[in-house]
Amino acid sequence: MNELLREYLPVLIFIIVAAGLSGIMVIASLVLARQKPDSEKLSPYECGFEAFDDARRQFDVRFYLVSILFIIFDLEVAFLFPWAVSLSNIGMFGFWSMMIFLGVLTIGFIYEWKKGALEWE
Amino acid sequence: MIVQALSFYVFAAVLIVSGVLVVANRNPVYSVLFLILTFFNAAGLFVLLGAEFLAMMLVVVYVGAVAVLFLFVVMMLDINFAELRQGFVRYAGIGAVVGIVLVAEIIFVVSSGAMSPAAGALGGSPMPAGVTNTEALGNILYTDYFYLFQAAGVVLLIAMIGAIVLTHREREGVRRQRIAAQLARDRRSVEIKKVPTGTGI
Repeated sequence: MNELLREYLPVLIFIIVAAGLSGIMVIASLVLARQKPDSEKLSPYECGFEAFDDARRQFDVRFYLVSILFIIFDLEVAFLFPWAVSLSNIGMFGFWSMMIFLGVLTIGFIYEWKKGALEWE
Repeated sequence: MIVQALSFYVFAAVLIVSGVLVVANRNPVYSVLFLILTFFNAAGLFVLLGAEFLAMMLVVVYVGAVAVLFLFVVMMLDINFAELRQGFVRYAGIGAVVGIVLVAEIIFVVSSGAMSPAAGALGGSPMPAGVTNTEALGNILYTDYFYLFQAAGVVLLIAMIGAIVLTHREREGVRRQRIAAQLARDRRSVEIKKVPTGTGI
């Protein structure tokens, strides 16, 4: 096993422990607890009431807009990670290259701010 | 070594099973959840390949953002999926024909093209030894690939403006927050009225 993968071994062990523990919790409650299901116990309820209507109801398109704007800035951050790691190697050109990139995205940010896309009314 | 091989097979098997379940599931919300599981397993495979930056980006961008966007789209569309499947038998024949034609075209294109085994190494930058994945990427992305990097920025700008133009609309009759006007209020802009009991203003 090479050096890189050895560093990820704790992550793998963590995943195995997490999966095993959650599996044990589900299976143990199925096996150990007394199961007497009836129709009232199995029916869904909201805070003690019967469910008022279907959970699958249509969302407003504004959630979608916020989510898309989040993805774009998420990708911007994804570009920032390697830049921050190797900033000492790439010199002034690399620094200003990122500044131009951020400037272009700041134009978009000012546009959405002025347009009121971030306001929630 | 055995751990590596074993985790590869587990990741690959779960990836294929959950990928099939994304397509086969009747409930679209479950499909998105299986898609998230697929992304996680693909990230595990990337780590096994040594591409740790790609793996982390898969978790951060795809699981964190794209899957949420898919959930919003699924909730927004409000499609009756039972209704959508009614025409399945009617269109199955022509759909299968179109699918077979497309698969044949892809097989034809892939098998007829010839590529030198060295072409990949000639076109891309060689993986430098002794530095981490992220650093190797950062050393060339912002300087050697300057124009492509700036083009990525412009694409993100276009996506941002396009999303706003398509989905944002001014609503009439709603009270927005105007911070300057709200802060500019003082005691004199508030009028206090004595209201007699039982009459109202």
